[in-house]
Amino acid sequence: MASNTQVRESAADQEPLQLLTFLLDREVYGTDISQIQEVLEYRKVTPVPRTPDFMLGVINLRGNVVPVVDLRRQFGMHVSATNVDTCIIIVDVLVDGEKTAMGILADAVKEVISLGPGEVSPPPRIGSRIDTRFISGMGKHDEEFIVILNLPRVFSQNEFEEMIDSIQYTGAPGVNAELQSSNDDQ
Amino acid sequence: MTGPMDTFRMEAEEHLSALEDSLLEMEQTPNDPELIALAFRAMHTIKGAGGMFGFNDLSGFTHHLETALDKVRSGSYPVTPELISVMLDAKDHIAGMLESPEQTRVQLHVGQSLLNRLHKITPGDDASHNTPASSEESVKPIPKKIAEAAFRIRFTPSANAFTDGFDVLPILNELHALGSCYVTTIDSQVPELKELEPESCLLCWDIILITEQSIDAINDTFIFVAEEWQISIEKVDSNLDDVEYFDYIGEILVNRGLITSTQVSDILAAKPKTGELLQESGLVSRSDVDAALAEQKALRTVKERKTQSAQDATVRVPAFRLDRLMNLVGELVIVQARMNQLAHSRNDEEMMSVSEDLDRLTIDLRDNTFSIRMLPIGSTFGRFRRLVRDLSRDLGKEIRLETEGAETELDKVVIDRLGDPLVHLIRNSIDHGIETPEQRAALGKERIGTIHLAAEHAESHVVIRIQDDGAGINTDRIREKAKERGLISADSQLSEDEILHLIFEPGFSTAQQISDVSGRGVGMDVVKRSIQDLGGQVSINSNHGKGTTIKITLPMTLAIIEGLMVAVSDERYVLPLSAVEECIELQNGGKSERNDKRLVQIRGELVPYMRLREWFNLSGAIPAIEQVVITRMGEERFGFSVDEVIGQYQTVIKRLGKFYEGIAGIAGATILGDGSVAMILDTVGLAEAAESEAS
Repeated sequence: MASNTQVRESAADQEPLQLLTFLLDREVYGTDISQIQEVLEYRKVTPVPRTPDFMLGVINLRGNVVPVVDLRRQFGMHVSATNVDTCIIIVDVLVDGEKTAMGILADAVKEVISLGPGEVSPPPRIGSRIDTRFISGMGKHDEEFIVILNLPRVFSQNEFEEMIDSIQYTGAPGVNAELQSSNDDQ
Repeated sequence: MTGPMDTFRMEAEEHLSALEDSLLEMEQTPNDPELIALAFRAMHTIKGAGGMFGFNDLSGFTHHLETALDKVRSGSYPVTPELISVMLDAKDHIAGMLESPEQTRVQLHVGQSLLNRLHKITPGDDASHNTPASSEESVKPIPKKIAEAAFRIRFTPSANAFTDGFDVLPILNELHALGSCYVTTIDSQVPELKELEPESCLLCWDIILITEQSIDAINDTFIFVAEEWQISIEKVDSNLDDVEYFDYIGEILVNRGLITSTQVSDILAAKPKTGELLQESGLVSRSDVDAALAEQKALRTVKERKTQSAQDATVRVPAFRLDRLMNLVGELVIVQARMNQLAHSRNDEEMMSVSEDLDRLTIDLRDNTFSIRMLPIGSTFGRFRRLVRDLSRDLGKEIRLETEGAETELDKVVIDRLGDPLVHLIRNSIDHGIETPEQRAALGKERIGTIHLAAEHAESHVVIRIQDDGAGINTDRIREKAKERGLISADSQLSEDEILHLIFEPGFSTAQQISDVSGRGVGMDVVKRSIQDLGGQVSINSNHGKGTTIKITLPMTLAIIEGLMVAVSDERYVLPLSAVEECIELQNGGKSERNDKRLVQIRGELVPYMRLREWFNLSGAIPAIEQVVITRMGEERFGFSVDEVIGQYQTVIKRLGKFYEGIAGIAGATILGDGSVAMILDTVGLAEAAESEAS
């Protein structure tokens, strides 16, 4: 909700909203560039054993251990193999009041765009591929719709626990093994 | 982040613990003047600082204690156990007073009753004792001694001084007696030889005197000549901390009124050697410069002395800055390892030699950085001495605490978290271990029981032993209790040692009566758990009737870990070396295949193990020969089968962060030489998880 109001406020201020856009399963997603630390080329992610598949593992970012999340798996999208365009976007998000660096795996990073006040609309009630709770707004740029993600919500502990619980409920070892092997494709 | 008030509190607490330490020591050696002085100084500092920060009641209260200690110091009162008791209680009271400058009514009453107790012991003192001191009186402590100060003395004897029968030498000698003296004779007034009148005195003297005496004492030196001679005595600067300034001879000359500061800066702009230049330019004479140089030298000596004592002093640094430094050093170590690898793979001689130098520096830097976090364990010993003293009095026992290895250093975090378990263990020794003096006498033991607390380094570990010469542990009673509580079956065959370790089981207490001190059954298991959380181990050894020894083995730091690196599939894992007992080879699988739980036979004993490959769902085939790393946790052993054991590896532990918090079996992560990440395994957690899944 917080980001929702932020979008509206910035619209009222007449300040353009700058977004970094990236692809997840051929769809364009965006996130406020103020949250973005940097974009890395894909590198090997060390898995943390016995964790849900969308939690890919950790990478070494200049001596810090940073977790990487695959939003495609979290949102139940098609997962394509890693290629030269695959990136890890490092974002700074507040996870339960604690500023945390997180990596987001993206199929490709597109560009940084500026959206004027009239180009951002509230999240749709129905018809989006991902849960509307994770969307803070819809942007329109060059006749293309951009789903603006509410990252703090995506990474909030409650959502994660729900996610982990649901996965464990389906019987951990089997599911894990299967997902792990698809992980190895990358 | 920390205001002056916090600093005051922190320092006051330090002084209080110093006070407590010296009081406790005093109990053993009542007539050690050094201890009395130490206690007095601590009290004095608290009083002074308290007044400065508006803790008027505090400084009023401590004023009386200080007075009493001063009397003790001068030998007017003997050191008695009562006095020490009052002082210790007063110390606790002061700790409470630090909370807020305003005292509650209760606190005021407590304070008054303590003072009354004090006056009973130290009677015949001035009347102010019976009334609380007014705050104004105590706000400003009267300094006993004037701190060291520098004086500039310049005297010009009258021309007929010699004929009048005055001599300069006795005066110089007298000044020498007052402190360190730097004397310059100024002969600029002495004319050419042919014009010289040998009987008149044309010299003058310039002296820098560094002394603890007051200006009056210096004035007294000149008492006989004050009328006729030209004498000037001035304090150079009351604050010798500000000696920075005296490093510039030009400024000294300006200060002496010989030149103006503009003249100095003009000259300074021209050339560095200020003294010579000033002299050449004719602004000051050679001897004036010499005198100023002497002053410079004198003050530099003082400065050096000051810096020396400052080196012994400590610097307070917020812990997060240390953590940041540790992280940076950790990173440097990793980058260095990569560079090393690169240099070797390229076979570049030059680069290799640079890398070697860098290696040495990095290791030095790392060791130094780690050592910053290290604190001597002795800082916690004081707390235990107080505990032993108070508790043994309450229980009517006579106990002596012996400590050894107080200088043994441990990571600050470890020390902080070790306090509670140690308190618990010592309480146990006092409550259950040591018998009453009567019992001891009947058993033919010394009336006074001993608790021996020792810390020592052993390889990369620190071993702490708590040893008492008390009753020891009755294993029959433990066996009984364990059966009663269903911890063991009625017919189980356990060795003495195994029975002893049952006391670390949750919900176990053999105390007949639940006392205030111990016996609630929450204890030993908590102790064991907190030691394990620190990466340590605890074991017990007891001799019925003779005493109990508890041994705690701890890693020196939580930030680095001695690990054993293993490989499974493409992944590397690090097992804490402290838990590893041995590595064995295993051909074509283990003994019985019972789903997830497997068993391997080691010298006739069956040890359960898990295949990390299966547990972690890693790809690839199991090699024909597997390596099994056997770890030990207390009495139990558990194995982990891996593809390859790579070797010992010292590494910096990285937290996995909130995101991966609470994942069973993973203790953290580490970054390897090639920049990739490896998981550090929590062997206990893994074994427990495997066990719960199998059952």
